[in-house]
Amino acid sequence: MELYMSLAIGVLFTVGVYLILSKSILRIILGTSFLTHGVHLLLLTMSRLKTGSAPLLGEKAESYVDPLPQALILTSIVISFGVTSFFFVLAYKAYQKLGTDDMEQLRGKDDE
Amino acid sequence: MNNLLILPLLIPLCTAVLLIFLKRSIPLQRWISAIGSAANVAAAGYILYQVKTDGIQTLYMSGWVPPYGITFVADMLAALLVLVTAIIGSFCLFYSFSSIGEERERHYFYPLLQFLLVGVSGSFLTGDIFNLFVCFEVMLISSYALIVLGGTKIQLRESLKYILINILSSALFVAAIAYLYGVVGTLNMADLSQRVAEAGQDGVLNVIAIMFMIVFSLKAGLFLFFWLPGSYSAPPAAITALFGALLTKVGLYALLRTFTLIFYHEPSITHEWMGWMAGATMALGAFGALAYKDIPRILNYNVVISIGFIAFGLTAANKDSLDGAVLYLVHDMLAKALLFILGGIVIAAARTTKLNGMGGLIRTYPYLGWMFFVTALAIAGIPPLSGFPGKMMILRGGLQNEQFWLVALSLASSFIVLYSLMRIFMSAFWGEERQVPVMSGKQQRSMLIPAAGLLVIVVTMGLCAEWLYDFVSVAGDTLINPSLYIDAVLKEGMR
Repeated sequence: MELYMSLAIGVLFTVGVYLILSKSILRIILGTSFLTHGVHLLLLTMSRLKTGSAPLLGEKAESYVDPLPQALILTSIVISFGVTSFFFVLAYKAYQKLGTDDMEQLRGKDDE
Repeated sequence: MNNLLILPLLIPLCTAVLLIFLKRSIPLQRWISAIGSAANVAAAGYILYQVKTDGIQTLYMSGWVPPYGITFVADMLAALLVLVTAIIGSFCLFYSFSSIGEERERHYFYPLLQFLLVGVSGSFLTGDIFNLFVCFEVMLISSYALIVLGGTKIQLRESLKYILINILSSALFVAAIAYLYGVVGTLNMADLSQRVAEAGQDGVLNVIAIMFMIVFSLKAGLFLFFWLPGSYSAPPAAITALFGALLTKVGLYALLRTFTLIFYHEPSITHEWMGWMAGATMALGAFGALAYKDIPRILNYNVVISIGFIAFGLTAANKDSLDGAVLYLVHDMLAKALLFILGGIVIAAARTTKLNGMGGLIRTYPYLGWMFFVTALAIAGIPPLSGFPGKMMILRGGLQNEQFWLVALSLASSFIVLYSLMRIFMSAFWGEERQVPVMSGKQQRSMLIPAAGLLVIVVTMGLCAEWLYDFVSVAGDTLINPSLYIDAVLKEGMR
């Protein structure tokens, strides 16, 4: 199971990197989302995907899955959620003010 | 257990939350953030005193013993850096009173500044690697908002790149944590250090170590600094002073911590690489500092050079060089904040950032001129001033380690630092006077007083280096001997 997950994460990373290297700012933001998805799945996978009960003590199971990575992922999800929404608003504002979404045209050292 | 350790986080956090509700009244915002900053300095000073008298202080959140709960650890390095952060935070705050402008003040500048301090102090104090990530994010998200606050075209353009780079490095950070957790199964730094030592730092752990090196180098601007000069020239001087003094140094602190506490078993791989990166950083930073005729750019490349220099102190990894790295780190944070503040005043006085367009300021602004002169000498490392002892100890450590090329490179880069800053001084203050409107005396005083305060601290640090060394050598002991840190964190949990 871990092998398939690793392959899927690899695909997510590849797509993310490809999108980040493109010109349009929206594709770049999509790329960062793919990347963070990949990272969150990686956190989950690295704690071994043993079968076990959900980490609720009421389940009274023999074995539980590792609860720690789930907490880490939850933290990381909300952080990346906040950052992504900020990034979207920033891209919108930059599009309004600079009149382009092409990263090639956002170069230069001139201070306007 | 010492509950006071949480104060450097709690004071700015409560101040920031309070300030959000006081959006309308700018005088009240100023007063409350000033009181908060003063309280923060006092708390950080008291923690430093406790660390000095009683050794390493720890705090287990809600009484969960490590490695199960989140630990806060103040060893001498963290305590020193927290105090320096609090001091820089308050001086930048005083400088921003006169320079930041009402428009930004009304849009949550002061709360964002306090949130930035929360993230920075948290990163210094935490003893848990995932908590370090969270504190990094607190710091970074505040910095995203600060860098774009005001919304001019250049700020929007540069903040897009700044955010993209930091999202990328944060994703890599989480991936590195995932791998590390997969291999050793813990997140507490002291426990990590023990388990990495037990496992022996073999192939997989070396890869993870290099991944951490890439992540922290991106944050610190060590070799991977391509984002830094552009981003840091966008926001106003008070904000750049905070960034240049604090943000990159948090990355450096993370490098120092991970590569002295956790991954110190294979220096021939990790430290060797970092040596190359440090050398390249100094060389490329020096090219940048020589190439530009624009004050923000020159100052930003000076930040890059000093990062390479401190990383060199880490790679030599003996007692002298680590002591020197800590001493230089403390000096450099204060001196860079001062330099950016003075640079901001020069730009405000000359009404331009270009060196070609200014001249003759020494007649109208004599104090500013001589303060800039002394600061430049201090940063270059001229003996009675504060840059000298740290630089000398790093070089001595490098010589003991027989890294002659890096020693030569860092000496050469010191000359270039001196040259680039003196070029600003000579073209801005000497030469023919330009016809620009002069600032009123009151405005001048309100800007120069915070800079003068920082300058007094920087000069005193140079004159009382012997006294400061008593603190720094304790920090160096912990870095060279990680078992001191591990015992302080884990042994106390056993009781």
